[in-house]
Amino acid sequence: MPAISAGMTAEVRFDHIETRATNTSMPPAAEPSAASAPVVTLSGVTKKFANGTLALDYFDLTIRDGEFVSLLGPSGCGKSTALRLIAGLSEPTGGEISRSGIGRGGRSGNRLDVGFVFQEPTLMPWATVFRNVMLPLELQGVERRAARRRVTQALERVGLASFRDAYPRELSGGMKMRASIARALVTDPPLLLMDEPFAALDEITRFKLNNDLLGLWRAVGHTVIFVTHSVFESVYLSSRIVVMTPRPGRVFTELVVDQPYPRDERFRTSAEYARHCRIASQALSRAMEDGSPEGVS
Amino acid sequence: MTSSADPPITTGGIAWPRIVLPIATLALGILIWDLVVGIKDIPPFILPGPGLVAATLLSDWPLLWDSLLVTLVTTFEGLALALAGGIGLAILFNQSRLIEDSLYPYAVILQVTPVVAVAPLLLIYLPQQAAVLACAWIVAFFPILANTTLGLNSVDRNLADLFKIYGASRVSVLLRLKLPSALPYMLGGLRIAGGLSLIGAVVAEIAAGSAGAGSGLAYRIAESSYRLNIPRMFAALILLSITGIAIFLALSLLSYLVLRRWHESAIASER
Repeated sequence: MPAISAGMTAEVRFDHIETRATNTSMPPAAEPSAASAPVVTLSGVTKKFANGTLALDYFDLTIRDGEFVSLLGPSGCGKSTALRLIAGLSEPTGGEISRSGIGRGGRSGNRLDVGFVFQEPTLMPWATVFRNVMLPLELQGVERRAARRRVTQALERVGLASFRDAYPRELSGGMKMRASIARALVTDPPLLLMDEPFAALDEITRFKLNNDLLGLWRAVGHTVIFVTHSVFESVYLSSRIVVMTPRPGRVFTELVVDQPYPRDERFRTSAEYARHCRIASQALSRAMEDGSPEGVS
Repeated sequence: MTSSADPPITTGGIAWPRIVLPIATLALGILIWDLVVGIKDIPPFILPGPGLVAATLLSDWPLLWDSLLVTLVTTFEGLALALAGGIGLAILFNQSRLIEDSLYPYAVILQVTPVVAVAPLLLIYLPQQAAVLACAWIVAFFPILANTTLGLNSVDRNLADLFKIYGASRVSVLLRLKLPSALPYMLGGLRIAGGLSLIGAVVAEIAAGSAGAGSGLAYRIAESSYRLNIPRMFAALILLSITGIAIFLALSLLSYLVLRRWHESAIASER
């Protein structure tokens, strides 16, 4: 098994990540072990908007520690709604969400400790990259010197150290997204929520960021919930794929991608990858056709 | 990559016609003015020629300069109060729906009632200087209020969610998110308000003119009109126009300097 992915050797800035990834003994994330503790559990969650739209209907999902789970489905299937519910940005109209793994202790009470990456980079245009990444720490009242150190570290992780004083408009789409990821990681959250973060990027940039994201995930060891409408992206990244039905959003089926990490460009062209993509693709088209949940294919 | 790559405002080939053309038009206008006055032999108490107006501007300079200072002080005081009042009210409206619903209609009424009609009343109830200032404030504050309100409500929704995720306080959201988001709008409002504040000051001075105690530039115009000193009226009028242009340019420059690093409106096209 190659320790360094092809995508990463091309990117010198990421070199220290591989060192960390190979040195730390990571749990074998390819096989989502039922033993690891659930971080988030959604049981029978229903979300009906004020305009009557039923976004989620009896949505069940358990995310375990260290997993990389993709929510895969067509647009309008409630993927983003599910993510927003998990992040506490909106409240479910029915059902229950337990977030045992992501509560934050201490003086800030029961606030959630999650990182959120939006579809757009969502950077403050009036602030430099450094100030943007520092924002979560400032809002949480982290002491200034410690905050600066953590921001520097987060920027190094995503390869933006030399762009710390640039303004968002001076960055390319991919670099903006890196800054956004650095901001989500700067608080070291146990759970990272990503809402189609790479959907607006070109394919070359997307592949590169896919590789870098996997590198970060293995290095940092947090749990990731990744919303996407791309079969290929979900298979490449995830240890588990949750296929959703549109209108109302339900879990159609779950697919385990039992392929080992680290995954690299070789995996992207392998027969196993193609096979998983085919399975996921078929599941997705069935989910869009009849919409009723069924067993795992 | 960063600041060194920022080009200043375009000074290339495009900018020259935009400077030369208006000046040429002005020169042409003055020439026609001069010719008409000369050929038709119009007496100066009906229409003075540009030469006489220029001469008057020079000869009456000490008087006009003092008056200009009075008007300028009123204008900037009015503008400063409008800025404070407009932004303050906008923040208040943004924080409380109740206050917004209760007060916003009156802000609109204050704006749509012609200030010329209000000025005489104000002059009855307030000392003259305060009345003039109040007029400048009334016309100048609304664009700032309206624009700032719009700006405070134009916050990127994802950014707002981000602040929510990290449990930001109301004050924090206001200072770190809403006010910076509203800044371009505020500066746009300020640019409009600058000109309006001058107009408000002038209107009040004209209205107060008959009361006699004023000494602003508009008062000079009213006074010169009673005395049929038409050249001085023109000189004062030109001075007022130049003041208005200067205020607009100064506020545009301020806006550019504040926003040049990040806002689209201040970024030269470099694609």
